[in-house]
Amino acid sequence: MSAAQHAGPGRLVLSSDDINRAVRRIAHEILEANKGPEGLLLLGIPTRGAHLARRLGEALRQVEGTEVPVGSLDVTMYRDDLRSQPTRAVEPTDIPGDGVDGKVVVLVDDVLYSGRTVRSALDALADLGRPRAVRLAVLVDRGHRELPIRADYVGKNLPTSHSERVMVRLAEHDGVDAEGVRIAGPADRQGEGE
Amino acid sequence: MKHLLSVADLSREEILSVLDTAVSMHEVQHRDVKKLPTLRGRTIINFFFEDSTRTRSSFEIAGKWLSADTINLTGKGTSVSKGESLRDTVLTIDAMGVDMMIVRHPASGAPMQIADWVGCSVVNAGDGTHEHPSQALLDAYSMRRALGDLEGRHVVIVGDLTHSRVLRSNLLCLQRLGAQVTLVAPPTLMPSGIDTWSGTDGFATSYDLDAVLPTADAVMMLRVQRERMSGGYFPTAKEYAVTYGLTKRRLGLLQDHAVICHPGPMNRGLEISADAADAARSLVLDQVSAGVAVRMSILYHLLAGEGSDQ
Repeated sequence: MSAAQHAGPGRLVLSSDDINRAVRRIAHEILEANKGPEGLLLLGIPTRGAHLARRLGEALRQVEGTEVPVGSLDVTMYRDDLRSQPTRAVEPTDIPGDGVDGKVVVLVDDVLYSGRTVRSALDALADLGRPRAVRLAVLVDRGHRELPIRADYVGKNLPTSHSERVMVRLAEHDGVDAEGVRIAGPADRQGEGE
Repeated sequence: MKHLLSVADLSREEILSVLDTAVSMHEVQHRDVKKLPTLRGRTIINFFFEDSTRTRSSFEIAGKWLSADTINLTGKGTSVSKGESLRDTVLTIDAMGVDMMIVRHPASGAPMQIADWVGCSVVNAGDGTHEHPSQALLDAYSMRRALGDLEGRHVVIVGDLTHSRVLRSNLLCLQRLGAQVTLVAPPTLMPSGIDTWSGTDGFATSYDLDAVLPTADAVMMLRVQRERMSGGYFPTAKEYAVTYGLTKRRLGLLQDHAVICHPGPMNRGLEISADAADAARSLVLDQVSAGVAVRMSILYHLLAGEGSDQ
């Protein structure tokens, strides 16, 4: 039994340190591709994507010494599965500064799975304005896409089966001790995330 | 949730869910493109058997901003005036395949009756002197924005309590949110048997407005509803304004952080003075702006989720 397994069911695939290393690497990759921090706008998809976006913003600040605006983009009202699920709580959308027009928007989410959340986010963005470009950064890509969508920046590619659950826990939302990414089989479902 | 008929049907958690979602809807109001695709393909009928400005228009705007198709009907100009019964009228509309009927009716209980007849969702937009749930939710929303959590806050509701549907909904809503409520009215306008209202224990009543204002966190002035009165509730309008109106002098009795609400339409100079209505601490226009956001949240909760298909 590894020490981390007390914090939740399932197999630990990314520790807290792994997550932070991945965020820092993604920060560097974003800066490299964008040739600097100019025009960047990070938008996290609530709940955990918004926390990751803030961490990414902090990592960018440490590398470049300049503030990159960070906000959140709730996509609930744009989902295509609203009518097949119980009513979801709608989280705040917070677009900093002067909006998304002309910006290089980096969408940030915890898990990329079917791609439907990202599809909703693209629709939501279109209602807010016209970014110069939209990129996608995710902590975990678990495959099984249902739409032609891919991530530009990936913390970890995690091959999974449909029956498995990927659970991302972050200190800001779930407490310091719970932080990590775990895979659980269908047997030990409980409080799973995406 | 399928219908919104009475605040009594809502749990504290459901109320908070509606209010929290309304915060996100409020943000949409400040966008250039005020449109969400959430209720695309849904049809909402506003059926108003009584006059209304803000409730009807804000429900209509809320529906349109969520991409629902909204249609307005009034009692006048429909087959109701040809003698068709309420039941036949609403069954006719239901048979057209609408998803929601938003009903205002002068008879208390009419929306509940309609909800029994039809298959679509029904929202009570004010029934007689009974309830006006969406107004109570938006009042709570405005107060929470100004004051934060309402747990333990002191809310004073003043005015024509006997004829007020806003009162009953507000009392239920505020108590579920943990607020302390004091009701103030002249004895003639205090509902008889109010202390036996079900599900609303623990509120206070008073005939003395000056005595309760210094501890209030929010003061809600209710309209004196002349159209529902056959007269005789108070001697003169002037006397009412002096004894129960929120006058300039009474503004001085309020705590610095206390806010003023009025569900509208206001009788300036009667229950509320111009000084109070236009004061910085007055939430009257915030309430109207919140009305659209809260009603969007209500429509979302009733029509967007699982089981909202017929």
